[in-house]
Amino acid sequence: MEPRIPTRMGDGSLVEMTSSEIKADLEAGTQIAAKKARVPELTQDELDHLLDIYASPARFTSVDLGDEVVLSNDGTGTKHIGNRVQDLQSYETIVGVDMPELWQADYSYKAVKTNVAHEGQSMKIAQALLTNPVQYGAMPDLGRYSQPDGPIPNWSELLPMGRIDEARDAQVAACKMLVDDINFVSDAMIEAGADGIDMDTTGAAGDADFLAALTACRMLRERYPWLGIEIGMASEFVLGMHGQLEFDGKRLAGMWPKEQLEVVTAAGASIYGPAVNINTGKSTAWNIARAITFIKPAAEVATIPIHVNVGMGVGGVPTCLFPPADATSRASKAFVEILKIDGY
Amino acid sequence: MEGAHAQAAGMGGMRAAGDLVARMQMSKRMRLKEAKEYVAGKLGCSTRDLSDPVAMELIRKENGLGLVAMTSSTQPGEPGMMEAKFNIAEKLDVHINCVEQFKERTSKFAQA
Repeated sequence: MEPRIPTRMGDGSLVEMTSSEIKADLEAGTQIAAKKARVPELTQDELDHLLDIYASPARFTSVDLGDEVVLSNDGTGTKHIGNRVQDLQSYETIVGVDMPELWQADYSYKAVKTNVAHEGQSMKIAQALLTNPVQYGAMPDLGRYSQPDGPIPNWSELLPMGRIDEARDAQVAACKMLVDDINFVSDAMIEAGADGIDMDTTGAAGDADFLAALTACRMLRERYPWLGIEIGMASEFVLGMHGQLEFDGKRLAGMWPKEQLEVVTAAGASIYGPAVNINTGKSTAWNIARAITFIKPAAEVATIPIHVNVGMGVGGVPTCLFPPADATSRASKAFVEILKIDGY
Repeated sequence: MEGAHAQAAGMGGMRAAGDLVARMQMSKRMRLKEAKEYVAGKLGCSTRDLSDPVAMELIRKENGLGLVAMTSSTQPGEPGMMEAKFNIAEKLDVHINCVEQFKERTSKFAQA
């Protein structure tokens, strides 16, 4: 009888599967991603490599010496071990993160705007106490501009009523406000010493959300040629909540990672962060094969660093509060060795 | 989770040279291989040394690039934090925002 190997499901639960079952999940994961995104399936060598990583009972795994990558860290710290700057210091000195990020719990540029002087002061203190580059991060979070939270008619209410033009106009109006807010907050953080700006979970509200990040990125790049700008995505696919928005003549709705990378690069970003969400009902083997298949076409043509989102429900790491090290380290190794990525 | 990533595949930040490679990715948009080769070239070491805390302790000390302060190796006479970032900017020929702000805000009043 084929031995059973402990492995994880996408929700983090520990299960046992045979090597043949894990192999079948890897094949199914790459096949479904290839079909959805119309990209090539992983090669047999790549699937065999993933099987070596995932069909193992080892508690931990890692890349080879010399193959290490850069760790940017959106949402650095737990906010429960001291103040936020102490969190950043802990991540620099103890965890060994390369690029910690100052952030606030209401992780949205619109929310930060009202508290920007205090955030800037925290950045200034962080810059005095850390040697690592420190970026400031928040979500574009376009939905915040729609009623009742914001002043713009709510497109999610207009769309089901068939009021398509009004819904589109609302998103365009919100997009302009968001671009202003990202610029406002970024200017303040840069004045306080920030090394970089992170637009995290970009595209969460669809193509207008993504357009705002790209537009703000281009404006920031023109003003600050040296600035680190990271655009991390919300998912593998840009939702067409508007459907007709373009950046440099390219329609944003429906973009997969390779097309996302192209517009992020054109906008002037330093780092592109693809995100592929977890299916909690499938194994981590199925999820990693699916994620790598989606991202591989981008990794092959990238001219800027790619930092894959790998945590708590994205990039092959289970959707749970405390992702187990066995699953996390396997995702780390898989992305580095298969895709030759530049960081996390 | 971050600890697992750091142990599985991370460069170690300023415990090694991850912070230096990160700066090249951020400011010069270099991919990993190019960034590692650039930093190694500037420091006169191998790219493998960049992730090695033992090799980098000596290299960072020689170049004043900052060391992690800990009970067994507190070195208040060595460059730390902001001082180290002045040296990193010079050594890597990279723009560090807080260093430039520091120069501008101090020299402006010194001259007045």
